[in-house]
Amino acid sequence: MEIALVLLPLAGAVAAAAVPSQKARPLVVPVVSVLHVALFATILAGGVSSGRGVWLRLDPLATVILGTVSVLFLLIAFYVPGYLELRPDRDNRVFCAVLLFFLAMTSLLALAQHLGLLWVAMEATTLATAPLLYFNRTARSLEATWKYLMIGSVGIAIALLGSLFLAYSAHLGGGEPSLLFEDLLAGAGSFSRPWLRAAFVLLLVGYGTKMGLAPLHTWKPDAYGEAPGLVGALLAGGMTNCAFLALLRVYRVVNAAGEGAFARELLVFMGLASIGLAAVFVVRQRDIKRMLAYSSVEHVGILVLGIGLGGIGVFGALLHAINNGLTKGILFLSAGNIQRAYGSKSTDEISGAISRLPISGSLFLVGFFAITGSPPFGPFVSEFTIVNAAIGGGHPVAGTLFLVLLGIIFIGMGSTVLSAVQGRPGTASAGTPYKDDLARTAPILVAAALVLLLGLYLPAPLVSLLEKASAGLEARP
Amino acid sequence: MTHPVDILLVVVILLNFLVLGTPALRMTIRAAALQGAVLAVLPLLVHRGFGWRVAAIAIATMGIKGILIPGLLEKAMRDIHIRHEVEPYVGFVPSLFLCAVGTGLAILFAGNLPLAPEHVGTLLVPASLATLLSGFLVLTTRRKAISQVVGYLILENGIFIFGQLLIEAMPFLVEAGVLLDLFVGIFIMGIVINHIRQEFSSLDTELLSELKD
Repeated sequence: MEIALVLLPLAGAVAAAAVPSQKARPLVVPVVSVLHVALFATILAGGVSSGRGVWLRLDPLATVILGTVSVLFLLIAFYVPGYLELRPDRDNRVFCAVLLFFLAMTSLLALAQHLGLLWVAMEATTLATAPLLYFNRTARSLEATWKYLMIGSVGIAIALLGSLFLAYSAHLGGGEPSLLFEDLLAGAGSFSRPWLRAAFVLLLVGYGTKMGLAPLHTWKPDAYGEAPGLVGALLAGGMTNCAFLALLRVYRVVNAAGEGAFARELLVFMGLASIGLAAVFVVRQRDIKRMLAYSSVEHVGILVLGIGLGGIGVFGALLHAINNGLTKGILFLSAGNIQRAYGSKSTDEISGAISRLPISGSLFLVGFFAITGSPPFGPFVSEFTIVNAAIGGGHPVAGTLFLVLLGIIFIGMGSTVLSAVQGRPGTASAGTPYKDDLARTAPILVAAALVLLLGLYLPAPLVSLLEKASAGLEARP
Repeated sequence: MTHPVDILLVVVILLNFLVLGTPALRMTIRAAALQGAVLAVLPLLVHRGFGWRVAAIAIATMGIKGILIPGLLEKAMRDIHIRHEVEPYVGFVPSLFLCAVGTGLAILFAGNLPLAPEHVGTLLVPASLATLLSGFLVLTTRRKAISQVVGYLILENGIFIFGQLLIEAMPFLVEAGVLLDLFVGIFIMGIVINHIRQEFSSLDTELLSELKD
């Protein structure tokens, strides 16, 4: 049943490529996306595969991540026609088809219960994003795409080697030769430890490159800076979460093998290093999209930090994956609108965004408050949970460091964001005819409403889902 | 008596040195192609018992790593009229030296890891790690986009050698997926190379250095 979640967007991609009209084609994306969310809900309500030996299954972890990606994609999909309307000069056939192909591959990745299939899906999402990054056809976007392809491909190659190490570790442990996660989890106790540790390091480096953890983040500022805003949202909220899920699946096996303490130490270290690096680079950053890229480095750091702290931190990290994904939607889409209105993404030219673009400018400010963990937005709840896990779980140093770095990032991002939204619009904005309208602001408003809602109230089914997912992650046979 | 697998692996390691030591781009592409072709024979020798599955892997590897991808790269090279890797970031002699050190370390490192009884004494693990390191070296020390793609190809070859340890545990679907991904990946890189050429009328990645903080 779950395979429909992959086949539907694949069929959508073919359909989008087949539509001859440049104007009608972008509409395929929201239509397919609505169907995808509906199908996701239907399967969740009753069609989840059970039994052994299943390659695709909507388990609790997959539900958390795919749910986030599917909803985020829905919001972005409704933004797509409005965005492409502004770009009548560009042929959008490849763009629309590849967007839907990306959705298919992220679905495959989230559902995959097989180490090899997981890797294949991750590689496919990497390749799918290359044409999206290069949509603007400028020298700068070309440079960003080349760096992204080279660094991403090496990362993914290292992840493959890590997967092979893990398989060899299992092979030495004896038992059935199988790369299904359920078999790996069951046999984890007898795995060869040296190979397993090496495998985790390689997989952390490989999937960490896709997440953009420091110091493997170097592609991120360039890619996010040069990609269209909606692609940035898709990468920062969708692809990073998928790579995070891939890492979690592997972490679960390593934990089941009794090497959890080793893995958690590495995760705490990588997490704090990423947050620290973001704190250094976000200060005095004048390019609003590069600033968002460093914010993304910070938040993937928070995700792995939460997992590394363990206990309630795992719950916090999974909740943060949802919050971060949706908040990045607000930020990148509104930043895209601001860039279009000013013909620039530097605060040298951008000022007074709230009076030039009342809706997008305000939403950008709201997104800033949300992502830096201000109440009453969702990320506040999840970041607070992770701080609690640090202080209460015997990591006072990590907890204090985390709080200090969050403070620095708040001030650093704040100075950039405030100088962009406050004041009077300069002469630069006069040159562009861009105005906010419903098509390009409604999806951002909905994202902001969801992030606010998650901060005020966590529905009981969501809490029980997150508890189930985090319990499964920490479980040892 | 030396196992035939080991003889092939020695050839693979020597080809690493050839790729790193020559300035002629055509030679690096041909060496990588030959390495791919040698690797295609590997599954037939490692795997006991000749089945359709192993034969399919060998043929696909030969086709993609040995013929298709090198062909694409040579075509790109002809289209752009470049023949030499001039001035790599690290000179040819130092990179040969680094490759030798890397190969030595790979042998040392592999000696310290536990192996299944059937793999003890073969060169599979050290050759895999040495090839991986050489690929990484080519990737990071060369300026030309085509050289970097060759580096990536060699890196993947290293991983392919390691995959031979697991030929029983890896279902065909995954292996096919790996080869397909490799092909598509290089294909997309080829398209990007073409755009780089149109944009900058050169393939020097040094020109791709406008984005920084």
